[in-house]
Amino acid sequence: MLRFIFKRVLEAIPVLLIVATLTFLLLKIMPGGPFDTEKVTTPEIKKQIESYYGLDKPVWKQYVDYMDRLIFHGDLGPSYKYFGWSVNELLAGSLPISLELGCYGLAFALVFGLIAGIIASLRKNTAGDYVPMSIATLGICIPSFVTGPLLILLFALKLRWFNTSGWYFPRDRVLPAITLGLYYMAYISRLTRGGMLEILNQDFIRTARAKGASEWRVIWKHSLRGGLLSVVSFLGPAISGIITGSLVVETIFQIPGAARFFVMAAFNLDGPMLMGTTLVFAVLIIVMNLLVDIAQVWLNPRLRFEE
Amino acid sequence: MTAEFPTTTQHAGEIEPGHSLWQDAWYRLRKNKMAVIGAIFIALLTLASFLAPLIAPNSYEKIDLALAASPPSHAHWLGTDSLGRDLLSRILYGGRISLSVGLAATLVSVIIGVLYGAISGYLGGRVDVVLMRIVDIIYSLPFVIFVILITVVFGRNIILLFMAIGAVSWLDMARIVRGQVMSLKKQEFIEAARSLGLRKRRIILRHMIPNVMGTVVIYSTLIVPSVMLLEAFLSFLGLGVQAPMSSWGTLINDGAKSVEEYPWLLIFPSLFFSTTLFSLNFLGDGLRDALDVRSSKD
Repeated sequence: MLRFIFKRVLEAIPVLLIVATLTFLLLKIMPGGPFDTEKVTTPEIKKQIESYYGLDKPVWKQYVDYMDRLIFHGDLGPSYKYFGWSVNELLAGSLPISLELGCYGLAFALVFGLIAGIIASLRKNTAGDYVPMSIATLGICIPSFVTGPLLILLFALKLRWFNTSGWYFPRDRVLPAITLGLYYMAYISRLTRGGMLEILNQDFIRTARAKGASEWRVIWKHSLRGGLLSVVSFLGPAISGIITGSLVVETIFQIPGAARFFVMAAFNLDGPMLMGTTLVFAVLIIVMNLLVDIAQVWLNPRLRFEE
Repeated sequence: MTAEFPTTTQHAGEIEPGHSLWQDAWYRLRKNKMAVIGAIFIALLTLASFLAPLIAPNSYEKIDLALAASPPSHAHWLGTDSLGRDLLSRILYGGRISLSVGLAATLVSVIIGVLYGAISGYLGGRVDVVLMRIVDIIYSLPFVIFVILITVVFGRNIILLFMAIGAVSWLDMARIVRGQVMSLKKQEFIEAARSLGLRKRRIILRHMIPNVMGTVVIYSTLIVPSVMLLEAFLSFLGLGVQAPMSSWGTLINDGAKSVEEYPWLLIFPSLFFSTTLFSLNFLGDGLRDALDVRSSKD
């Protein structure tokens, strides 16, 4: 197990280097720079700004400097747009918000997706199966940028239960979390139903029932571990999808998280900010995928012998 | 359902005409009501979008401030937006963009995916390991972020947009084609082609790829909705199609901004978009179930 984790961590390092290099090169081709927003720039001032950001050096030197600061100091450089702010400072303020939102979204998706899926599998081909599964199909087809505004229209503007946007009170978390998690809830419920149905048809479940195990025990002790394997392997793509989804959700609900900073940096052509957020997202996705893989091996011991 | 299904045991003693794979598939597809409804909807919508210049009730860019933001009425079936442009016309023209981006990006992703998968599967060995490892790595990257970076770097050009989207959505196709090619590789006709001394390039292009086309077509229908979703996603963020052109993503974005005052501007484009995705998914699932019996879900 330790060897497996070690191997995966080692594999992640070149991937991160590739991401960093690719992003760096892409942003070097990008038109514009820190001086574009200033209205009056004499050549001297422009030169001064460029030398302040190290842009007068050759590209390879800039790359080496950037990687050096990144690897040995964890420094992502200064933002072009927010003068006097470093990307690290901006991310320190915004990333926790994004993580919080992501956790709520994922928790919502897991709790309701699992419950709906388990109920549907136990009530196969009855209304208790059809109703949640139809809703799930609907949830998969309607993207978050449609559900978000519709939820705002219904619950914030018509019913006035929540605020339309912002991130101040605990109840401000509800609509964004639902918007973010809805698709994954739908998907998880379908996977859970499929996985559970497969397990529930097996002989050892019949044996357990024949020996008088309670329904609760059959589900909790005997079926869940095997039935949820596909859900666990879906968590990897789900987590990177939730990160992508937060781009939209944070924009709709005007949440000051890292994903919103990324979108704004894309408009402002704020290179270091784009680079910093991309790297942070990549690290997050890789770490989460690693955790998911470990969980999978732990749940399914057969995988341990496949290496 | 089984009662009507023509089986060979039904008329013992008579000579039963055989059913080709495609006849069977067509039969199964017709039985799938949701897939048929989906197909009809897509066909009508495609027709309406591409004939938009002829049938759209109004110009999509004609601004009429006297009519600004009027709710659905007899003259403007779905109402007008804040500049007085007819919403139905804008949706039809937007559909043209969304559908073409969907098709074009799917084409790009299918070409890359099929070639990549076929090469990896046919050559096998070390090449295969390396190529599939690359796919794994790309899988683990935040590739929507990369599409955004690409659109930022190269400007918001619509051709580039679907190239970028296509370039990141070929991974599944590559895996599927690779699997198919690996099983085809062991069959006699490939062996025959090899013993005739054909070059690898020719075997892959002439003998492998035509034989996986069925599977490719099926899975392409499932790529179309995901690609359209990605385009709408980018347009929603304001990083996709630019005004005065509009795709459904931009229309939904405009609608979301004024949802309090003019809810119909959000509801109608969303309805068109979601119904299209719905239909495409049902059609794709139906096609897959009809043609690829092994992978069909219960």
